[in-house]
Amino acid sequence: MAADSLINWGLLSLNAPGWGGVLLQGFFNSIQIAVGGFTLGLALGIGGAFGKLYGGPVLRDLLECYTTVVRAVPELVLILLLYYAGTDLLNQVLALFSIGPVDISGLMAGIFVIGVVQGAYSTEVLRGAIKAVPAGQIEAARAYGMSPTKVLRRITLPAMLPYAIPGLSNLWLIATKDTALLAVVGFSELTLVTRQAAGTTKAYLLFFLAAGALYLALTLVSNVFIGMLERHARRGFAESR
Amino acid sequence: MTDETTHAVAFTPEDLPTAKSFFVPHRIVMMLVFAAFVVAVAVFMRWDWLPRYLPRLGWGILVSLVMLFSTAILGFLLAVPIGLVQVTGPWFLKLPAKIFCTVIRGTPLLLQLWLLYYGLGSLFPQFPAIRQSFLWPYLREAWPYGVAALTISFAAYEGEVMRGAFAGVPPGELEAAKAYGMGRWAMFRRIWLPRAIHRALPTLNGETVLQLKSTPLVATVTVVDVYAVISKVRQETFLTYEPLLLLALIYMCLTGILVVAFRTFENRIPTRGA
Repeated sequence: MAADSLINWGLLSLNAPGWGGVLLQGFFNSIQIAVGGFTLGLALGIGGAFGKLYGGPVLRDLLECYTTVVRAVPELVLILLLYYAGTDLLNQVLALFSIGPVDISGLMAGIFVIGVVQGAYSTEVLRGAIKAVPAGQIEAARAYGMSPTKVLRRITLPAMLPYAIPGLSNLWLIATKDTALLAVVGFSELTLVTRQAAGTTKAYLLFFLAAGALYLALTLVSNVFIGMLERHARRGFAESR
Repeated sequence: MTDETTHAVAFTPEDLPTAKSFFVPHRIVMMLVFAAFVVAVAVFMRWDWLPRYLPRLGWGILVSLVMLFSTAILGFLLAVPIGLVQVTGPWFLKLPAKIFCTVIRGTPLLLQLWLLYYGLGSLFPQFPAIRQSFLWPYLREAWPYGVAALTISFAAYEGEVMRGAFAGVPPGELEAAKAYGMGRWAMFRRIWLPRAIHRALPTLNGETVLQLKSTPLVATVTVVDVYAVISKVRQETFLTYEPLLLLALIYMCLTGILVVAFRTFENRIPTRGA
């Protein structure tokens, strides 16, 4: 078997006979969902962490249920449940206000699903980070008469950042990989389009390896930025190692 | 992945509630509300399909658990050398181990699984030598690819954990072992490995819960685990929520049992500071 018939590089070309363009479009969708889901998760996580630390007993227990369920049930099952329940619920709420059913785009649904899952994870990460901030700093801010939102904005959030960044960067990497699970609900992100391309052309190994290279590149590039961010956030810290 | 992240992503023994913590007034009210919700779910949703599928569900749970434990054990056996060579090995072992961990941890498990199942699965039949070998009846099934993908992924994540654990064993303990005249193998077997496992145990347990959360992926390559059984129920009964809620409940129970077992196991290991 000749080498050029074993690997048909032409299949990866960007234009119509090749599938490269489709793959890159799927990759772009994956990144969009990862960014959106991670951002939504971060917003939920900040709210969740503050609720868990400073909220009332009922709020705390509800948040505990949320993080427990998400951490104990496989992402795949959560994604299916949220994907159907989320779109269904939205349409039922809209029907209550007598607005016709809307067709929710796969992108929005995907961001919502990944965001809810990431929200529970980042609640836990941020809660740990906030607890690592020396209590005296927050007390000092209160003693200077800062309002709770000002304490949050000026002291707690900036001071917890160095503790949160390692965990949050891991969550970002998890988010990029969790987007692959949306293939199961039929959203055309990188893994699903790869499978379609591979199924059509029968060049399974080529396409799956190409997609793997794209995911790996995303991880490695992210790692470079994470390293820079971490050094920036830890400036002024005594070097522990 | 650091210990803290494993804790943030997987349910761990520290999160288990104590019996006493339930008897607080607001919790009793919340539990009553939750009980009412459960009753409403049981009464107003359709559960008549359940008895018919019960044997298959039990079988599916068994398959999921076999997948979990076989891949966790195989993966751990692979992870020990992968972690060890990264700490003490020569560069020609260190480098491949590092690349293996980076590549596997940098790509989604679903992609790896499909690469093995569709990619290798389509490649194997082209070689007559493989078709005629004794392995062929197995390679035509789906489960070896599921086991392989889950094992490889677990080995990569655990390899990283074990690397940290091996590096974290205090050098004084290893020097003491050397001073007692232990050989390299005896030192590894008696001191280094047990101490590393001891240090890594909480993370290992968290990773095992994560592995349980990864097992439903094998259903996408036609292994009939509990997730696949529920998918079948959904196709045959046209129900959306009931089977999925049951599935979430099953996984929560499995995670709970696993975590309680780990806590018992961790408590049995004596720990004592100097």
